[in-house]
Formats: sequence, C-alpha cells, structure tokens
Amino acid sequence: MRITQGTFSFLPDLTDEQIAKQVDYALAQGWAVSLEFTDDPHPRNVYWEMWGLPMFDLKDAAGVIAELRDCRKAHPECYIKLNAFDSTRGFETVRMSFMVHRPKVEARYRLRREEGAGRLVHYTLERA
Amino acid sequence: MSTDAAGRTFDLRALLAESGVGAVLDELDRELVGLAPVKLRIREIASLLVVDKARAELGVAGAKPSLHMCFTGNPGTGKTTVATRMATILHRLGHVRRGHLVAVTRDDLVGQYIGHTAPKTKEVLKRAMGGVLFIDEAYYLYRPENERDYGQEAIEILMQVMENQREDLVVILAGYKGRMDTFFQSNPGLASRVAHHIDFPDYSVEELEAIAEKMVTALGLRLSPAARQALSEYLALRREQPNFANARSLRNALDRARLRQARRLLEAGSVDAPMLTTIEAEDIRASRVFDAARSGTKAEEAAC
Repeated sequence: MRITQGTFSFLPDLTDEQIAKQVDYALAQGWAVSLEFTDDPHPRNVYWEMWGLPMFDLKDAAGVIAELRDCRKAHPECYIKLNAFDSTRGFETVRMSFMVHRPKVEARYRLRREEGAGRLVHYTLERA
Repeated sequence: MSTDAAGRTFDLRALLAESGVGAVLDELDRELVGLAPVKLRIREIASLLVVDKARAELGVAGAKPSLHMCFTGNPGTGKTTVATRMATILHRLGHVRRGHLVAVTRDDLVGQYIGHTAPKTKEVLKRAMGGVLFIDEAYYLYRPENERDYGQEAIEILMQVMENQREDLVVILAGYKGRMDTFFQSNPGLASRVAHHIDFPDYSVEELEAIAEKMVTALGLRLSPAARQALSEYLALRREQPNFANARSLRNALDRARLRQARRLLEAGSVDAPMLTTIEAEDIRASRVFDAARSGTKAEEAAC
C-alpha cells in the first residue's frame, strides 16, 4: 500500500533534481527547510524524528540534498519528509511538506472495527 | 551534430562579454589599486572558465576545475575585498550558482566540546553551498600544541566537502604567508586540494596614496595639496613601524584625521562648504607617528 502524505504524494516519487527545485523555491520564499524521518507513517503520528536541526540561512539546495543523502543512507527503511517553515509573522508555520523517501517495502495498515457501548462501531487504523 | 560542431568557430571575447565578467574584471582593475599578480590570476581563472564554457558547447565537457583558493598576504592587502569580488565573478561565469560569500573564522567552525564541531562546520558549509566560503586566518584551525584540539575535525569535514562537492562551493582560505605555509605543511591533504595559491603583495606608498584618494572621495571629502603631502610623509613613516596593516592602517589614519578635522571645525565656530569637506595638513600632522619619528622612538603606541 502506497502511503500518501503531504504535497505531491499522489505523483510518482520526485527525483533528486525535482526535490532540489522545490527546495530552491522554498529558500527563495525565505522558508527554513528541515528533514524528518520515521518508521511509523501512521497519519495520526505527527511526531517524526528530526534529522539534525532545521537549516537556516541557506542560499542553495545543495546543502539540503547532501543532508537528505546522509539521512537516506542512515535510515533506508524509514520514511523521510521535507518541511519548509515560514517564520513570517502571521504564518509561523510549515508552509510546504512532502515525502522525499519511502522504504522498499511500505508500511501496511488495516482498518479495525470495534464495537462500543450501544453497539456503536469505532473504526481505527492499526499497523498490519 | 559533431561534424557541425567541429567546423564551428567560437568568439571567446563575445562569450566573455556575454557573461558580464569583463565588466567585473574592469571594475576590479579600476577600483582596486595595485595587486597586479592577483588581478592576473583572476583573469586567468576567468579565461579558463570561458574556454571551458566553449568546450562544453562543443560537447567535450571535462570535469569542472577545482577552484579552491588560498589568499596569502599581510593584513589590509585586500584579501576579503577580492574574495567578495571573486564570488561575483564565479557567479557570472556560472561556476557557482548563487554567488554569495560566507566569511567565517575558526570560531564559526570549531566547537566547544566533543560532538559540537561536526554539526557546526556542516552548518557553515551548507550555508555556503552555491557560493564562496571564505575562511579568514585559516591557520588557526590547526593547533599543533594541543593534540585534542577540535580544529582537526573541522579540517577533515572541510576537506571531504571540498573534494566531494566541488561543484557546489568554492573554498577560499586566507591568512598571513608564513603561518599559512606552516599550516599547509602540517595538513598536506588540504594543500593538495587547494589549486590556486595567490600572494597579495604589500602596497607601495604611491599605491596607498591612490587608495587614500579613493577612500576620501567615497566619504565625500577631499585632501588639500598640503594634506596630500603630509599623508605621503605619514605613510612613509608608518610603513616602517610595527603592526602596519596596509590599507586598514590607512583607513584608520583617515578616520582619525576626520575626528581631528571635526574638532578643528567646531573650534573654528563657523565654516563654509569647502572647509567642511577638506582635510587639511594639520589634521594629519597631529598624528603621533610624526612625534615618534621626531623623538626617534618606535613606541608601540606610536601606531595611533
């Protein structure tokens, strides 16, 4: 099952050149780019591990791509996403976020039904 | 295609003009006084990049040349100024993508404790990607007297990036000649990765006078003929004294002359426009350098 999260996730995976172009766009907007990775891409898991600190004051995507390569090498079996943070007053939030790496064998989730009080059915996703 | 390309002729001059580098080089000639060997080397590098561009169009693109540089020379000889221009030139020639300059010293690269250096150095390198990284007084990175110094770690990371990401950034090391030579002797790996060693000569008195003229004009001031004479005497004396930092000492001397001029004008009470913008001989002759010369001492303080 293909995990879809963030921008571009219904497109084929971006190549490094395409990622670099997106990073250049983010840097041109003055956003700070950071990398995060996790082995649990559950949609409710918002706590991904940080790969180093967010990269401030960058002018070029080359630094980000080098970090991405290092991260892929260290965690080939994890999902990696790239966030671009806008510190402008009023935004102060992530403006762009997309996955830049997924493992060869993707994580699988299944839908679980649970019957509660009054025969109310709860649905939840759990790791298969 | 190949037969077509083989028959083509390349107008290298047009290629140079098209890149806009000619203008930067001319600006360099006009605005920077002296520094003949430096200008020559920069022209050579520019020519190489233009010729490479022509070759690339022909389809015989070789690997990008390694353009890491080492600027050696006494203080105040224009190393940082040239490095800034270098970033612009390399950008116009398409060797670096952004053309910004990140100037750092040991403090920005080397950490305080174990595990602090690598992230710090890497962060600086990432900031410099696409541009030029200028490491001032680079020999401070290596401290042989302390074998547990973290400087070595910074040098290793630096070398790795200089080799592997040659197309992403250009590193310029700068420092005094003697100490840089020792630095390279103890770090042969680094020496072999730096292709261009450029030595910045000291300025002669005439060159310093020309620089003074430019500095004063940039401040919207001018020197009276007597002041010009005083300045040339001042420079001749100051050059012989310890801690002479070429153009930097000159700038400081001019700044102090401006202070004295301001005081003189306030004491005079009312002034007219030419007085406001003219530095007189007495502003320069009040310097302690002349006192020291008169009394024949070369006290450390006389540098002021």
